[in-house]
Amino acid sequence: MNDTTTPRFASPDEVNDRLNEVDYLSDDAIAATVFLADRLQKPILVEGPAGTGKTQLAKSVAELTGARLIRLQCYEGLDESKALYEWNYRKQLLRIQAGQGSAEDRDWSELEEDIFDEDFLLTRPLLEAIRAKDPVVLLIDEVDRVELETEALMLEILSEYQVSIPELGTVTAEQIPMVFLTSNNTRELSEALKRRCLFLHVGYPDVERERKIVERRVPGISGELALQIAQIVRTIRSMELRKHPSVSETIDWARTLVVLGKEEIDENDAAETLHILLKYQSDIERARHELLGTKPSTRS
Amino acid sequence: MLDVLNDFIVELRRAGLPISLTEHVDAAHAVSEIDLAQRSVFKSALRATLVKSEDHRAAFDSVFEIYFADRRDPTQSDADDESEDDSDDADDEAQGQGAKGLKGAGKSMGQGGGSTMSAEELAQMLEAAIRSNDAQMRSAVAQQAVSRYAGMEPGRPVGGTYYLYRTLRNLDLDAVLERVLEEQRQAKGEAGMSGLEERLARDELGARVEGMKRAVEAEIRRRLVEDRGAEALARSVRKPLPEDVDVMHASRDEMLSLQRALGPLSRKLAVRLTRKRRHGRKGPLDFRQTVRRSLSTGGVPIDPRYKHPNPSKPEIVVIADISGSVASFARFTLHLVYAISSQFSKVRSFVFVDNIDEVTRLFEVADDPADAIQRINTEADVVWVDGHSDYGHAFERFHERWAEEINSRTSVLILGDARNNYHASNAWVIADLQARARHVYWLNPEPSSYWGSGDSIVGEYGVHCDSVVEVRTLRQLEKFVGELA
Ligand SMILES: Nc1ncnc2c1ncn2[C@@H]1O[C@H](COP(=O)(O)OP(=O)(O)OP(=O)(O)O)[C@@H](O)[C@H]1O
Ligand SMILES: [Mg+2]
Repeated sequence: MNDTTTPRFASPDEVNDRLNEVDYLSDDAIAATVFLADRLQKPILVEGPAGTGKTQLAKSVAELTGARLIRLQCYEGLDESKALYEWNYRKQLLRIQAGQGSAEDRDWSELEEDIFDEDFLLTRPLLEAIRAKDPVVLLIDEVDRVELETEALMLEILSEYQVSIPELGTVTAEQIPMVFLTSNNTRELSEALKRRCLFLHVGYPDVERERKIVERRVPGISGELALQIAQIVRTIRSMELRKHPSVSETIDWARTLVVLGKEEIDENDAAETLHILLKYQSDIERARHELLGTKPSTRS
Repeated sequence: MLDVLNDFIVELRRAGLPISLTEHVDAAHAVSEIDLAQRSVFKSALRATLVKSEDHRAAFDSVFEIYFADRRDPTQSDADDESEDDSDDADDEAQGQGAKGLKGAGKSMGQGGGSTMSAEELAQMLEAAIRSNDAQMRSAVAQQAVSRYAGMEPGRPVGGTYYLYRTLRNLDLDAVLERVLEEQRQAKGEAGMSGLEERLARDELGARVEGMKRAVEAEIRRRLVEDRGAEALARSVRKPLPEDVDVMHASRDEMLSLQRALGPLSRKLAVRLTRKRRHGRKGPLDFRQTVRRSLSTGGVPIDPRYKHPNPSKPEIVVIADISGSVASFARFTLHLVYAISSQFSKVRSFVFVDNIDEVTRLFEVADDPADAIQRINTEADVVWVDGHSDYGHAFERFHERWAEEINSRTSVLILGDARNNYHASNAWVIADLQARARHVYWLNPEPSSYWGSGDSIVGEYGVHCDSVVEVRTLRQLEKFVGELA
């Protein structure tokens, strides 16, 4: 492993500006953490509610650094063979079958050497990231879904940036990729993994940032509409609901309103399109009532 | 710098944050990579390396603000610090002199520096600050307001909340909000504001008022640090972390954050309670074995079986005391049961006071925990005579109706303080359940030093349980879950 990787960014401000160029609206904490992840060569554990741009952050960092994104999507039951590598046993079997007719005298060890060769190796994302010669960003998405054993495997790899394959020897990374792990916090991750990573909580953006995100992601939207949308979403997020709207839902809503040709939202528009923002009927009713309610809100 | 960082980390540890040596080293390393003059970057760097849970953020912020109080001189204009982007963390707004301000000279407490305004001028400027949402004006107002109204005196052992209260009472921010809102209403002319417009305007002003409160708070903290020193102040404002809050005495906000944390934890709990012997399961494909065997069958692939078998259905029975003596614990419990049952199908739940009722179905049909609790309070048949806990009677009834359902795959979880109002214990029921079940655990929300005193008979039941544990905090619950090997 090579410690002299040249830094990718001169300052957190540069991270911020370059993220902005690829249409990702960052904030101080995001920019500083990405900057430090590069300098300290540490993975970032990004945590927060659904649809707040955790996955997008990794994609955008890949884009702006001109790196290839390697994504390991986690799920319950993900194991070493899908995360790291696996021998292509079908191909191995074919190879054995092919060899049988002609050369009966071949012994097992010769054959074994043959079939445990690179050609029969199925490289999975973790190994791919370690073997990469070109710049890559590794995204381990929704790491909270895997079991503890798989988490331990990842931890090992993220600490050493090397993998040993019994049949082939040890593979060591030539460069340290930027690594993002995302989590929705459905399960408490191990202390060891958290110690290894920088931690970044990405919550819902404030009105100003959400307005900018909407303007950036929804071409043709009026500034007035973007601001109104961001304000309504803030108000809705302050209500007690089963599920609060995510940034991606805000964007969907904005797109719909633009398609409908709106420059501004009035009460009717809001009432008729709330179902795009909210998923549960009970939430829709509650939000409608509170937003448009004839009785003034009791907040002071 | 490193000394201050040390002190800071010591205080974070005192506040309960689990900071390892590695993380300390990382923080030092991080700080060496950044420009210390950028306060928000400095704060983010410390947070990213030292705080690995969102639940600990509030504790971190509070200590950070004390140890790295922003001591710039507000009479000096620093317009370039307040760049166009006055977003995000309102408390990060002062990007002026982060860490390097550590050695900054203090001012005397009573004065905020700058010229003193009259009360009317201050009121006008406050309104203007809310109207314009200008960050510089906001901190200037905070300065003046604290000087004028807080009545701070050096060495007085009064907490910051007292000064905050005094200042805010004089500023009367609610009235300011209403006045500015009325202005905006007037500006709309004849038509006035729609309900929606009014609500949005109100929320926007509300956010600005919040920002003003935080500015005042920051100003008071700054002066207190100057007066008492960081360490003493940190000590006096230290609060338990969310996981250490006593469930029985949690405030509403604390309760909310406890409830949020229950989701992940209950999942872990349910997994632990229902975990089967793992060694029987199949690992990934054994390549060599498969290949070798295929040789003996002429290369015919033997179907590789590397899928894990379906885990057997979980079996958890929860029996919870929801009487008045454990009212807030009961809420917590019900949230816990809700979280467990929304993730696992084979959970059956029972609640009791002096009678017991099954509430599994109520949890299934409820929209959310609040709805479930509401239904349980109105629909569950838990009162027999007088609505005071009678564990003995409740257990006896449970035994009559449901004991048969408990088998060697069931884990039984009993939640309650075992304060039985001097009724008969009927501990034999628990003994019988233990004989039938895989495990019986008792979680008691009372401090263990109270167990057995007065009408607590947890000891009588405890002898028939695999374990009885004190669970007054999330941390204790977590520990219990962790130890269920
Ligand atoms: N800061 C941002 N700047 C620009 N776009 C954003 C930002 N945050 C979110 N988005 C938009 O929101 C969408 C959802 O984000 P993303 O899929 O990354 O969310 P997530 O946090 O990974 O959610 P989940 O937890 O559901 O995986 C993205 O496609 C992106 O367009
Ligand atoms: Mg995602």
